[in-house]
Amino acid sequence: MLTPKHSSPYKYASNSVTSVMMWVVLALLPVIGVQTYIFGWGVVVNVLFTVAVALGVEGLMLAMRKRPIFPFLSDGSVVITAILLGLALPPLAPWWLMVVGISFAVIFAKHLYGGLGYNPFNPAMVAYAMLLVSFPLEMTMWFPPHELNNNPLNLIETITVIFTGQLPGQLSLDSLSMATPLDSLKTELGLDKSISQITTGNPLFGWFGGAGWEWVSFAALAGGCGLIYKKIISWHIPIAVIGSITLLSGVFYLIDAEQYASPLFHIFSGATLLGAFFIATDPVTASTTPVGRLIYGAGIGLLTYVIRTWGGYPDAIAFAVLLMNISAPTIDYYTRPRIFGYGDKK
Amino acid sequence: MSPLWSFPGGIHPPMHKEESTRSPIVKLPLPERLILPLHQHIGAPSTPDVNLGDQVLKGQRIAHADGYVSVALHAPTSGTITDIGEYPIPHPSGLSDLCIILSPDGQEKWISRETKDDYLFMDASHLRNRVRDAGIVGLGGAGFPAFIKLNPGPRNVIETLIINGIECEPYISCDDMLMRERTANIVSGVKIIAHAVQARQSIIAIEDNKPEAYQAMLEATANEPDLSVVQCPTIYPQGSEKQLIYVVTGKEVPSDGLPLNVGVVVHNVGTAAAIYSAIAKAEPLISRIVTVTGDAIRKPQNLEVLIGTPIRSLLDFCDAQTQIDQLIMGGPMMGFTIHTPLASVLKTTNCILATTYNSLPEKNMEMPCIRCGACADACPIKLLPQQLYWYARAKDFEKIQDYNLFDCIECGCCAYVCPSNIPLVHYYRYAKTEIWSKEREQQKADIARQRHDFRAERLAKEKAEKAARHKRKRNELKEKSDPSKKETLIKNGAKSKKKAAILEAMERVQAKKEAHKTEPKNTVNLTEEQQRKIDQINKKRETRKNNED
Ligand code: SF4
Ligand code: SF4
Repeated sequence: MLTPKHSSPYKYASNSVTSVMMWVVLALLPVIGVQTYIFGWGVVVNVLFTVAVALGVEGLMLAMRKRPIFPFLSDGSVVITAILLGLALPPLAPWWLMVVGISFAVIFAKHLYGGLGYNPFNPAMVAYAMLLVSFPLEMTMWFPPHELNNNPLNLIETITVIFTGQLPGQLSLDSLSMATPLDSLKTELGLDKSISQITTGNPLFGWFGGAGWEWVSFAALAGGCGLIYKKIISWHIPIAVIGSITLLSGVFYLIDAEQYASPLFHIFSGATLLGAFFIATDPVTASTTPVGRLIYGAGIGLLTYVIRTWGGYPDAIAFAVLLMNISAPTIDYYTRPRIFGYGDKK
Repeated sequence: MSPLWSFPGGIHPPMHKEESTRSPIVKLPLPERLILPLHQHIGAPSTPDVNLGDQVLKGQRIAHADGYVSVALHAPTSGTITDIGEYPIPHPSGLSDLCIILSPDGQEKWISRETKDDYLFMDASHLRNRVRDAGIVGLGGAGFPAFIKLNPGPRNVIETLIINGIECEPYISCDDMLMRERTANIVSGVKIIAHAVQARQSIIAIEDNKPEAYQAMLEATANEPDLSVVQCPTIYPQGSEKQLIYVVTGKEVPSDGLPLNVGVVVHNVGTAAAIYSAIAKAEPLISRIVTVTGDAIRKPQNLEVLIGTPIRSLLDFCDAQTQIDQLIMGGPMMGFTIHTPLASVLKTTNCILATTYNSLPEKNMEMPCIRCGACADACPIKLLPQQLYWYARAKDFEKIQDYNLFDCIECGCCAYVCPSNIPLVHYYRYAKTEIWSKEREQQKADIARQRHDFRAERLAKEKAEKAARHKRKRNELKEKSDPSKKETLIKNGAKSKKKAAILEAMERVQAKKEAHKTEPKNTVNLTEEQQRKIDQINKKRETRKNNED
């Protein structure tokens, strides 16, 4: 409509969408590193491959929509989408699964809604949910952390598996795979076992969370705190997510510690912290008012706990985020801050 | 001193004040001609008192205030009026406006003046009139006639007079230098203002990036019990009136209210000094301090400049380089582009900022809003700039007012922090202008409709009156042949309410009389038989009467 050249303010802080997104990518590096160390080369191959495909698809979409390619490609938003999806997929997911997932995220969840800034749903989570529903077998084929893995694959073997499905020697995917801690907890609780029966002596469970997952969670916590410190994200959403999960799981844990896992387990297993700091805070799809952010975050925590405990999926960050995405505009509308000069009304 | 408060939001842009504060204020030599716009303040433009070719003396009034919200204009030096006409003025629109052109004669001959030292015994209304006649407006930027803010009205008690020495905009340093060099004038001015508004206490507020000014003011007020100086942590836009009031007093001026409503009056330090000169020395507002700075200026400094001096003269004096990419009046946050250096310094001009794209680069490409909320965190009014932007783009002018567009002070904090490089304030100005022009159109339409309605009404009325006249004539004719005047009057249609009332009263009397007539005195203790008979008779009488009609 109007691109004024000469009107105030003339001065701007030297920030840009690119720098914001690059800080997020930087904060994600420890997560990628730790997750690779624990779950093998597949993680980093996943991430790099999804990022490459994402950039390609994004470029294609921008060209088709006749948008300036370089500025939008370099804004970095698609890189974050790709990394988050890459981290969420099982480490040995076949290449086509990633191509389908990331293309869906970029084309349907982002560009069909108008591209950067206009998508109501977090694209990575849309793609994840779609894959989980469509390809449940491939999506739940997780692997044990390295200390439990008797047959760690090297980089070449990993790439071969991902792109050709060929496993070295006598191995089969089934023999390599193992349920995630959240998954096995859910399954075994379903078999009427108590939590202490399930976890004692089970190497899948670490000190207080899932084995290995604890470390990934710590990495996410560190990266997230960095982002808050750099003021890239505000503290409201992560604190609200963690707070509401802690509160809920705490209450049920106190009621019956044999039926309900502890708050620490919930926080340090699965994608809780990655979700709290990196997924729920996606600015485009989250609430923007301070109070709204607290409600939004608390909603994600609540839904995550409810779906994990009573719903059909072992982890639920993706669904919780998507459900709260829908509510964000309404939350924003009703949590408008009190404007300066209006006393207590408005 | 009471503790300071802090308002929401705000930003910390690089200040660039050192450049222009290294050397003392210098008086700019007389320019070849002065261009004096008649409209330099908020309110109605002043009306010229002089004609082409008139000789005027320094300080002589050349235009008088037109209406209440208006101030006079004075000759900044002695010389000849060489033209009264349209000249380019410094204004965002780049338009021209009516100006008086004065060619100085170099004599600097003053009109006769009488100095006064007993100003603290003067009557408040007398002070106000002198300030008004001296043409003083708020020198902080907006240019609101200063005398109005000296008049709190009989019902308002002024708890605190705040003197604004905040100067929170980057680059500008004229108030800083004024406080350092003309401290005594400011203090005397503050006392005059405090006297005029009967303030209980006066507080001079200075940001902590001006330690020299703070020190100077502190020393000058050491023996003034009712006058204190506070240092506020630097943050933009602290100099904005309502923000400053909050910082100093913790009181929020209501959105649709004035500082008066919370018992506060705010004046700028420059205005205080000007008021002192006007009252004590009878010098009207004919000059001011202007900061000339920016990376296109080789000798950045503060100048004392006659109002009406062409900006070109300031640039030349400060050795501006030929390559100027942005020429701005005011600061980088709220100033505006000057379209030609031929335009002149106004009473409100605090800074001429000449920069190249090296220091104030053009904005990068505008990206979509990513709803990061950085703008909302920076907004001192706690608006939701991203929503305002959204509705401005969508041209949803109702929704945008719902989100309080008109509380936006256009401080630019939101645009400053926006990572998507969205010129947010520009969108708000656009929306405001659209809404105003819509309202004007609406008003016009309303007036037109009213006119139409009036006309239709008038025509209908005329028609009705005509008909009534005809009817009256006919009835008057009839009346002559009709003995019962009352009946005629009724048929004629009681014209006024008064007549109707009289008629009614008459009827009531009549009815009473008739009632008496039909109720003879000897009908008190009647048998049923008798009563029935009487009723029958009455009925008969009535029917007969009706038949007669
Ligand atoms: S700062 Fe810019 S990108 Fe962020 S929410 Fe505000 S307008 Fe949108
Ligand atoms: S320009 Fe308006 S919306 Fe933006 S920060 Fe200032 S007051 Fe808030």
